[in-house]
Amino acid sequence: MSFLLTMGNAAAQGVLWSIMTLGVYLTFRLLNFADMTVDGSFATGGAVAAVAVNGGMNPLLALLLSLLAGIACGAVTGFLNTKLKIPALLAGILTMIALYSINIRILGGPNVSLVNVRTVFSAVPGSPMGSTFLVGALTAALMVALMYWFFGTEVGSSIRATGDNEYMVRAFGVNTNTMVMIGLMISNGLVALSGGLIAENQGYGDANMGIGTIVIGLASLIIGEVLFGNRFNFVYKLCSVIVGSILYRMIIGFVLFLGLESSDLKLLTAIVVAVALSVPVIVKKFPGKAAAVNTVEKSEDAGADASK
Amino acid sequence: MLEIKHIYKTFNPGTVNEKRALSNLGLSLDSGDFVTVIGGNGAGKSTMLNLIAGVYACDNVAGSSIVLDGTDVTKEPEYRRARFMGRVFQDPMRGTAAGMEIQENLAMAYRRGKRRGLRWGITRQEKEIFHEKLKVLGLGLENRMSSKVGLLSGGQRQALTLLMATLRKPKLLLLDEHTAALDPKTAKNILSLTHEIVTRDSLTALMVTHNMRDAIRYGNRLIMMNEGSIIFDVSGEEKKKLAVEDLLKKFEEASGAELANDRMLLA
Repeated sequence: MSFLLTMGNAAAQGVLWSIMTLGVYLTFRLLNFADMTVDGSFATGGAVAAVAVNGGMNPLLALLLSLLAGIACGAVTGFLNTKLKIPALLAGILTMIALYSINIRILGGPNVSLVNVRTVFSAVPGSPMGSTFLVGALTAALMVALMYWFFGTEVGSSIRATGDNEYMVRAFGVNTNTMVMIGLMISNGLVALSGGLIAENQGYGDANMGIGTIVIGLASLIIGEVLFGNRFNFVYKLCSVIVGSILYRMIIGFVLFLGLESSDLKLLTAIVVAVALSVPVIVKKFPGKAAAVNTVEKSEDAGADASK
Repeated sequence: MLEIKHIYKTFNPGTVNEKRALSNLGLSLDSGDFVTVIGGNGAGKSTMLNLIAGVYACDNVAGSSIVLDGTDVTKEPEYRRARFMGRVFQDPMRGTAAGMEIQENLAMAYRRGKRRGLRWGITRQEKEIFHEKLKVLGLGLENRMSSKVGLLSGGQRQALTLLMATLRKPKLLLLDEHTAALDPKTAKNILSLTHEIVTRDSLTALMVTHNMRDAIRYGNRLIMMNEGSIIFDVSGEEKKKLAVEDLLKKFEEASGAELANDRMLLA
């Protein structure tokens, strides 16, 4: 396979994965909730779509079903956290591990292949890469638009504020538990939708397809943030999430092209995240440079996040 | 306006850390009362405010109740009670969302006690209202409405929190040592701003303070707490005539201990 084709395919895949990253962005950045449900709900989305499409359902409707399944997954984590007071991290892990069994139940086995069935991708004329791009870009654009709208509304603002300062939000009459619940449901809905798209795209649903999703999401998120910086408005932030996801896939594609095994990818992803997260620490070791960078950022935009 | 009866609060009941913070507390406020609250560390001042606000529930004792303007709120969660109350906290970080814009914070406050739906979170008309309200603070914040609150100083944030707490006229304003974390000059400014707003809007307010002079200077009523109960309650002319020495003496009389708290004496 030529280098360009590899990169093109990787980028197209990245667009599909970016829907998942939007969900991770919602919980990790907006809601400040480290949600581990993602590894489970991504596979749930894939399993639901695969089984539904195989059963003869309209592939678009199957994706809607994935979305709903993801919303339900988020609701479970939300219930464990807000009603049963289980810490966020553990609540997510519990749902994730429970979903592993549930996903195998949905699939009726470890995986389901889609052979000779219509998917949202086969419905679009053109090359596989082109149709992947088209479907992915349309979905991503729609989700970015919906998120931009929703997080500008009263409820959306309250969710953002809950992630920022829950004491303040409660003092102004918002039920923070409800906000956490809604945030988790939307986030996992997006993640499962992405899983559904991936399953239809690769032609199978697999109980193991979700492993490492959360780390991939974080890696994509951080790549986007490093490139775009933190001084743009909400639309730019959402777009940085999409671009980060595409770049992540391209980096992976590049490394595979160089001859690494696909089983090495998890290690590579972990390294990417660890390196990206350690950048602030490394920068601190060189205070001269860091100070210079900081002053430039501050003078450029007084509205930059103070916590940066 | 506010009617508190037989309130008890025990933290960590049944453990070695058990602590009775409030004991058979009763308090009744009239509409328009501006009450200052003083007392030593651990007297239960903040606990009283937090119980009124609903941060935690009071002990389940027969006959205990918190009634606000005719509504029994004893069993209501914090976010439900917020429709009645404006609050300013000791920690300037606590009352505002640092990562959100000044106007977004105000928009959150503007919807206190209102249903939140899928309407846009902030309207143009509201921005104009916020602009006018910020002007009154005299801090120039009206020209930085889309700046993140995290960029403001502690004093500015506290002034903003005060504005947010009173943006929709609250039935009760709770001020929990809201100037304690500020430098003396800023603290003075915030206090006079508090006085201004409370008088202008004729609010009912409870203000906890460590500074006895402030407690005497501001408000029309003063209560002193010790070990979870009110030991001294004075208002009107009698309160105006109080001196710091009187308060110290009162405290010794009532509690049999000295109000030897460096923070209070130095303040």
